[in-house]
Amino acid sequence: MTPLSVNGKPMTVDADPETPLLWVLRDFLELTGTKFGCGMALCGACTVHVDGRPTRSCVTPLAAVTGRRITTIEGIGLHKTGRLVQQAWVAENVPQCGYCQSGQIMSATALLNANQEPSDAQIDAAMAGNICRCATYPRIRAAIKRASKAMGGNSA
Amino acid sequence: MISNLSRRDFFKASGALVLAVALPEVRAQGGATLEPNAFVRIGTDNTVTVIVKHLEMGQGTYTGLPTLVAEELDADWSQMRVEGAPADAKRYNNLFWGEAQGTGGSTALANSYEQLRKAGATARAMLVGAAAERWRVPASEITVTKGLVEHRKSKKRAKFGELAAAAATQVVPADVPLKDAKDFVYIGKAAPTRMDAQAKSTGSALFTQDVKLPGMLTAVVLHPPRFGAKLARFDAAKAKEIRGVLDVVAFSTPATNGVAVLAKDYWTAKRGRDALVAEWDETAALRLGSAEIMAEYKRLAVTPGTAAHKQGDVEAALGGAAKRLEAAYEFPFLAHASMEPMNCVVALGPQGCEVWNGEQFQTVDQMVLGQLLDLRPEQVKLNMLYAGGSFGRRANPHSDYLLEAAAIAKAIEGRAPVKLVWGREDDMRAGYYRPMYYHALEAGLDSQGGLIAWRHTIVGQSILTGTAFESMLVKNGVDETSVEGAANLPYAIPNRLLELHSPKLAVPVQWWRSVGSTHTAFATECFLDEVARAAGKDPLALRRALLREHPRHLAALELAAKQAGWGKPLPKDRARGIAVHESFNTAVAQVVEISRRKDAFHIDRVVCAVDCGVAVNPHIVAMQMESGIGYGLSAALTGAITLKEGVVEQSNFHDYPVLRMNQAPRIEVHIVPSSAKPTGVGEPGTPVVAPALANALLALNGQPVRALPLAGQGISFA
Repeated sequence: MTPLSVNGKPMTVDADPETPLLWVLRDFLELTGTKFGCGMALCGACTVHVDGRPTRSCVTPLAAVTGRRITTIEGIGLHKTGRLVQQAWVAENVPQCGYCQSGQIMSATALLNANQEPSDAQIDAAMAGNICRCATYPRIRAAIKRASKAMGGNSA
Repeated sequence: MISNLSRRDFFKASGALVLAVALPEVRAQGGATLEPNAFVRIGTDNTVTVIVKHLEMGQGTYTGLPTLVAEELDADWSQMRVEGAPADAKRYNNLFWGEAQGTGGSTALANSYEQLRKAGATARAMLVGAAAERWRVPASEITVTKGLVEHRKSKKRAKFGELAAAAATQVVPADVPLKDAKDFVYIGKAAPTRMDAQAKSTGSALFTQDVKLPGMLTAVVLHPPRFGAKLARFDAAKAKEIRGVLDVVAFSTPATNGVAVLAKDYWTAKRGRDALVAEWDETAALRLGSAEIMAEYKRLAVTPGTAAHKQGDVEAALGGAAKRLEAAYEFPFLAHASMEPMNCVVALGPQGCEVWNGEQFQTVDQMVLGQLLDLRPEQVKLNMLYAGGSFGRRANPHSDYLLEAAAIAKAIEGRAPVKLVWGREDDMRAGYYRPMYYHALEAGLDSQGGLIAWRHTIVGQSILTGTAFESMLVKNGVDETSVEGAANLPYAIPNRLLELHSPKLAVPVQWWRSVGSTHTAFATECFLDEVARAAGKDPLALRRALLREHPRHLAALELAAKQAGWGKPLPKDRARGIAVHESFNTAVAQVVEISRRKDAFHIDRVVCAVDCGVAVNPHIVAMQMESGIGYGLSAALTGAITLKEGVVEQSNFHDYPVLRMNQAPRIEVHIVPSSAKPTGVGEPGTPVVAPALANALLALNGQPVRALPLAGQGISFA
């Protein structure tokens, strides 16, 4: 049994230590908000926070996150930045098919936690790892700026 | 029944789930809720649930269709709810498809426009009737505003929920009047927030990938290495050594064959699949490469094809032309690559089969699964969940991945519900691509530079031949989906010939967002710019002159040109390109503005104008244009599936790159005001951006683009 901390709660999992965190979350803990898109850290749909850092859970083995603080889309709204980002996502009508948006929100929240007023270039750099096939990119950009403003930032 | 609003609702409904969930009970009239028709349910809790017959795959059906009901019902947007319809073509057929239920061809809102407005108006009339009886006042004196039924004179008022039970006893009115457009509150106006935005921003929206049933097993499959290969033998010993691998079975369907490894979780099943050793009989397998296929297509293009459109005498006109020009365009296979790789859940039981899926093609899937499982179509119960994109892929005319899951469930004798999960590599290599195409065009100009002749030859696989749609949509040897956008070229050219070659090839092909227009728009709009150059005419002026008979094209074109500042001088190393194209009855024009920077080109701006009739939800129209542009740009810049000796060379997003945030241009969408019936918006934004971009490159470089993707031509964008 591997001990884990997910969304502030202690949990234990009986899975092979090599199992990627993504599948631990989805198949063992029934936290299915985190999505599978590519399995190679190429699309960002599986992004979660490990100790606050955006992490591609599809290539992160369970063994590597034992005792670390894991936050998923199900828990991000408990934090102020995450909540503001989610509200901005709704206000800007960002989601279309919606499948990538958990990962987008996790990446955007990590960006705003680190940099409350990101420039367009900084948004590009932080978000380029998250693919959206519905191409909601212009609205993701607008929502990040809206959340930045709501945080008291001045993102142009 | 399952509402696909949120996972919480799903699990609430899933207590006795496995085979119990599919068709809702048809409630007897006179119950507590008002169900005046198959589309609306008003509860005593004051909620209005709209039963949506079309898949929500991002295009906005779960918002647009409830908007129609809310409008005629005069409901408050906050009381609206949505639920996916069960498979039942008698009630939920696509009105543009006759007896069939399904989502595609940008028809969801267009075919529902009057049906759902009537559904809302009927419910409203029954609520008003119930209030009139209760209050003993004339129905004509009752008003309904934002969910409140009111008789002003007597100061009586009631919410829908208070009237629902009484309204359910009213006679369902046969014919109800619909609102005049000037009275619209929601349509074209207040653009409600998407119904699914909250669930999709909190991780609670339920996709097929998220379904978990009691005892369910996940299946990961090994597909043939080449199209047409057959499994000869396999060794499961190594797979079975992996702790948690519960079963290994071979399967075969009319679409494909292979081996499935089953486990309680994906990762274990995948490790098992990766450990399989299989041998394939490749006697009948395709071994051609893309280059050889294209060479064959070029050879075919100079031979006589099947006429798909003919007017005037193109040979005589070309013979007498003062100037002739030729061009040819090459298009690769394209994968849909939706974010959610293909998947579905199939449970077999004594009564039939139940499926959970981003369900796009109910009637076809019921028929095909019924054939495999020896069931009547209605014994195949389909639960329509959110789809993580589709772009056409989930409406597969062969029901390929559904058949696969059903065959695996059958192979384990129905012992457990089977969740088939394809990895990205499985999804990208399993076929059902937009076909490869080759287009050859020739034009003739008269001595004044007037366009008098246009000869166009298309070579590429037929999507529909060999499917249930062949008899309807392949006429006189011409697959309509191969020539749409070219056969109906809007330009006034007196002599025109379109010929088609549909060579057979063992690569599985399918419609891909905007179907024929994905290639016909590029070939025709790029060639027209080459004609303009040869004639010394401005590309906008030439189109304007040739579109006099097509007011919708013209209106979109003029609006895009105006908003983009067409004709205004640009600094050095910048240029604009324009294109206009109609698909699914919607006209879209786009102007792309690009600049040449140090190492690469940059797309500075895309201005899009759309005429889709009444824009029911202007936000969603804009979102769909943005989405179509992004999807079209992915294909234009880097999209290509290539074969080498029959093996697909791409496997994931590193070798099938798609548009990312850093490349996404600024997009402005403008809607042509209209009072015409709405037409679709899910696809028509897609095909226009590539030719507009190529025309900008032509303007900047003086070099035409003759093949896609641009990356394959050494043209890269930052």
